[in-house]
This record gives sequence, structure tokens and C-alpha cells, in this order.
Amino acid sequence: MVTLTSEEKAMLDGEQGAATQKAMELLVRYAEALDADRFVETNNVAGVPGSATPWLKNYYAEQGGDYRAVFSMFDLDADEVVDIPRMNAYSCHLQGGMDPVLWAEQGMTPEAHENFMSDEREVAGHGIQLLKTCTPYIAGNVPVMGEHCAWMESSAVVFCNSVIGARTNTEGRESTSAAMLAKRIPDWGFHRPEYRYGHHKIDVQIPVEDIFDWGMLGYFVGDAVQESIPVIEGPVGKASLIRHKHFGAAAASSGGVEMYHMVGITPEARTAETAFGANKIGQTFVYDHAARKRIYESLNSVGSSTDVDYVMLGCPHYSIEQIAQAAHMLEGRKVSSNSALWIFTSRAVKATADANGYSKIITDAGGYLMTDTCSAISQAVPKGTKVAALDSAKQVHYLPAMMGIEGWYGTTAECIDAACSGKWNGRLAA
Amino acid sequence: MSTVLDTPASAETRGKPDIVLTGRRVVGGIAEGEALVTAETISGWGGVSPMTGTIIETRHELRGVSFAEKVLVFRGAKGSSGWSAVFHTSRLAGAAPRAMVFNEMTTKVALGCVVMRVPSVTELDGDPIALIDTGDYVRVNGDAGTVEVWKKR
Repeated sequence: MVTLTSEEKAMLDGEQGAATQKAMELLVRYAEALDADRFVETNNVAGVPGSATPWLKNYYAEQGGDYRAVFSMFDLDADEVVDIPRMNAYSCHLQGGMDPVLWAEQGMTPEAHENFMSDEREVAGHGIQLLKTCTPYIAGNVPVMGEHCAWMESSAVVFCNSVIGARTNTEGRESTSAAMLAKRIPDWGFHRPEYRYGHHKIDVQIPVEDIFDWGMLGYFVGDAVQESIPVIEGPVGKASLIRHKHFGAAAASSGGVEMYHMVGITPEARTAETAFGANKIGQTFVYDHAARKRIYESLNSVGSSTDVDYVMLGCPHYSIEQIAQAAHMLEGRKVSSNSALWIFTSRAVKATADANGYSKIITDAGGYLMTDTCSAISQAVPKGTKVAALDSAKQVHYLPAMMGIEGWYGTTAECIDAACSGKWNGRLAA
Repeated sequence: MSTVLDTPASAETRGKPDIVLTGRRVVGGIAEGEALVTAETISGWGGVSPMTGTIIETRHELRGVSFAEKVLVFRGAKGSSGWSAVFHTSRLAGAAPRAMVFNEMTTKVALGCVVMRVPSVTELDGDPIALIDTGDYVRVNGDAGTVEVWKKR
């Protein structure tokens, strides 16, 4: 049974309004399902509040079919429609379904775009920040060590826990929407210190330094440990935001990794002993040249034709550092008439790319710099795409399977070469 | 006539169950039906078509099979944080399972059970995946945390 504070009881009694009451009712059902004893307070919530397809709005047509109806009956799972006030917690909206400007290029209809704009006005009107990205931590929402968050998006969750040392479970749409109103989330899982210790050891025996290799190591780790917490030891170097971003997204795709420790690198792993804490070391998985080769082949198992007609970069959304690198590689070149190049980022990062002239370099080369979404989330690829080249282990895990296309995994430089030549020439350097 | 013949007899008329498992309530309520069992975890977003309840994940042992109207017995949830929203949508589309029985507790599966509003239990005193086969008749009592199983003859 979950124990409630007097403020939480007051919320349940409706003293903070009907919407917060419905939010608290859902959170109590959720806490009881988890067998949590209590709630933690959170003032950092990232979700997809109230955004709905026309199907969902139509389902609630009798209840008004609007944002209010969807938020009440779907997000809060309530049996009646209530007024939805401005959110109480610091809240942001994660990635969405299309680019706000280049939606027609993505193949979206004017009706779908109008639905998107209508939701966006509501989100803004409810005080939810329109970060529109899978990387809130590089678009204006950086938690601090130990902060209790309620985040969706597996790649953001693993970054939040592992790299920052903030605390979140992989929340869902309904729990984040409710937390935006009630500022509470069940005290379970990654909110509790004892849950955050490592389970298995990853023995890295070869140098892992560039972002391409960090991605492959992440994919190996997720496949090895599945949903548990790995402790990575060995010559993993040149740690940086973009390397962690790629590593975590990969580990959360091949497995369900929500937190990892890198000894001497991540904040809760000053030593292997602190990383494992009270836990006994479970299995040990060795990452060596043979394992690296096996992962490369696995990531490239869905590629056979070398005629690349689509290159997608920006999974998770590119940082300004990555956009600058891509722009430098593209400068003075042209995307092949047989291919296409779409690069995805957040609106905040794109504003900087615009100011720096990177957006113009990409556009002049015949590529697009897009925001809000990616090809997997929007299920939008250039018309007729058969073979994609990707520099993200996560995206090559999802996109070819979702869209029924072939896919190649390589370095950013190999992907940009493929966009400019229309040919895949990737290979695994020793 | 065939629909009548195909409707399995309810637990009321079946006598003593072959197996009774006891565990913990996740979501209350009582429901019964034919079991659909998988030892694998299930992905929500990208793994299930919510309109029909069909598992679509490439390489899943239940690929092409719908859990609509079944008692879903499975290892747990994996994949995207969109898990609950996909299973929630399956309820709206009339394609939800009648009840859920699972082994591994996560925030994804807990929230999914809550918004699907079907009787759900976990932490059972015997492994439901090993003891229950697809086609067995199962009654889930979420309030008591029990699963009664009548083996397929």
C-alpha cells in the first residue's frame, strides 16, 4: 500500500482541482501496480502530453474530440472530461511527428500538419516547453545529479541516469502527463539508491575512442546484459556528450539498458566497487576484436545493395558539434541525384546551426536539416527509398525493420560519402 | 452453431482447476479465457499493432498472433517508452487481452496493465510460462492475486 502525505491526500480529495485529482488517482493505481511504498516529488517531467492522432481524437468525438478530452480520458485515463490547467511541474514535450516547416517534404498532408499545429498550440498554452526532441538534455533541460525526474524516451532515460546521475525510470505517456500536474512519481526502481548498482561486468579489451566505436560497444552491451545494469571497464576513452548519447541509445535498443556504469567515467562509478555496491558481480562479457567484428556484421546484416538512396543522420538528435562536423564534411559537395540526405536535430540546436551558417551549407549541398522528429518516429523517408545509410546503431536497429528497407551502419564520413556518391563504401577499419 | 461450439466452457462449469498459482495483485478484477503464452518479452511501440492486438515484431515467436480476448501470459515488457500508450490504444480498439500474467516487473508493464484496466498479476509462486500452455483455460483473480489453470485436454 502506498502511503500518502497530507498534500497528496489533499490532491486526491480534489483540493488542487479536478485535473490534479485525476492525475493523482492514476498515479496511485500505478504505484500500487508497482508495489511502491510512497511517491517522490519531481519538478522535471518529459513526455508527449496530449498529442494525438486524428484516430484518437475521433475516438473521443462524443466527449468533444479536443485536447481537453484526449488529455483527460487518454493521458489521465479518467472516466470523464475535466478542465486541464497549466501544468504544475517544469515540463517539456519530447519528439513529435513531423518537421514544423518541412512537413510537405516529409510527405505529410496539410490536414496532418493542421492537427500537429493545433496540438502544439495546446501544449504551449498549457505551459509545456516545446523542446520537441529526444535529447532534452542538449535543448535546455539538463537535470542535476540526484534530481528525481519523470522522463520518457529510452535514450534520454539512460543518459539521465548514467551520465548525469539524475534519477528516472522509463516512464510512459500517462505517468508523465499525470506527473506534470501532480509533481509526483512512484518511489520505485531508479529513484532508489540500492536499485542503481551494477549487475554484470563488461571487460573491454580493445581501445574504444571514436563515436562509431562507442555506438558498437553500446550495441554489444545491450545485447549482452538486456535489461540489467552493466559495469564497463577497460580502455574506453575520449568520453564526451555525443559518445555517451550514441552509446546509451544503442544499449537501450539491442537491450533495455536504463543505466550503465563506466568505471572512472560516469558519476556513480568512481571505482568498480562503488559501481557494484552491495551487488555480487554477475556474468563477465568480453569485448574484443572478434566481438567488435561480430557487432559490425550484425548491424550491417540488413544491407545488401550498395546503391544508397537515403542517408539519415541525427539519431538521437544531432548536437551542434555533430552538425558542425557534418557541415564541414559536406562543404563544397553535392548530394547525389540518386540519393537524399536528411539530418535531424532539435529546434534549439537548429537555431544555432542557422546562426553559424551550417544549415545553409547543408541546404546548398542539397540536404535538409530537420527538427522535431526522425524517420523512425514519423515513419517518413524520401519517396521510393530502398536502401538507407545510417551512423546510428539505434536507427539501423529500428528503421529498416519498420519501413521494410535495407540499411547500412557506418561512420558519419562514410554516410556523407554515400549521400554524395549514391554508393556505399563502408568497411570496418582495424 | 459453430460459434457456440467454439466458445470454451467457463470456469464455473469446469470443476477443480489443475493448477492454482498465487502471487501479487497488479490490477484488480476477475477475468477468464484461453491463455496465449510466450517466454519472450513483448515490445509495445513497433512490436504490436494496437488496432488488432497482433504482435508484429520480426523474429518474435508470436509474430502474426493477436492477444485480443486472450489471457496473455508472458515474460515482461521491453523496448520503447511508448509501451503503455500502445497497449492503452489496443483497449480503445477492442483488441486488449482479457487479463495479464507476467514474470518481470517494470514501469512499462505496470503502467500498461493499469491503463488497459484488465486483471493483472505477477510474482507467482510457480513459473506461469512453464506451467501454462497456449490454449489452457485460465481464470485470473487480480484482487486475490491468483491464477487458476485448467489444462487443455
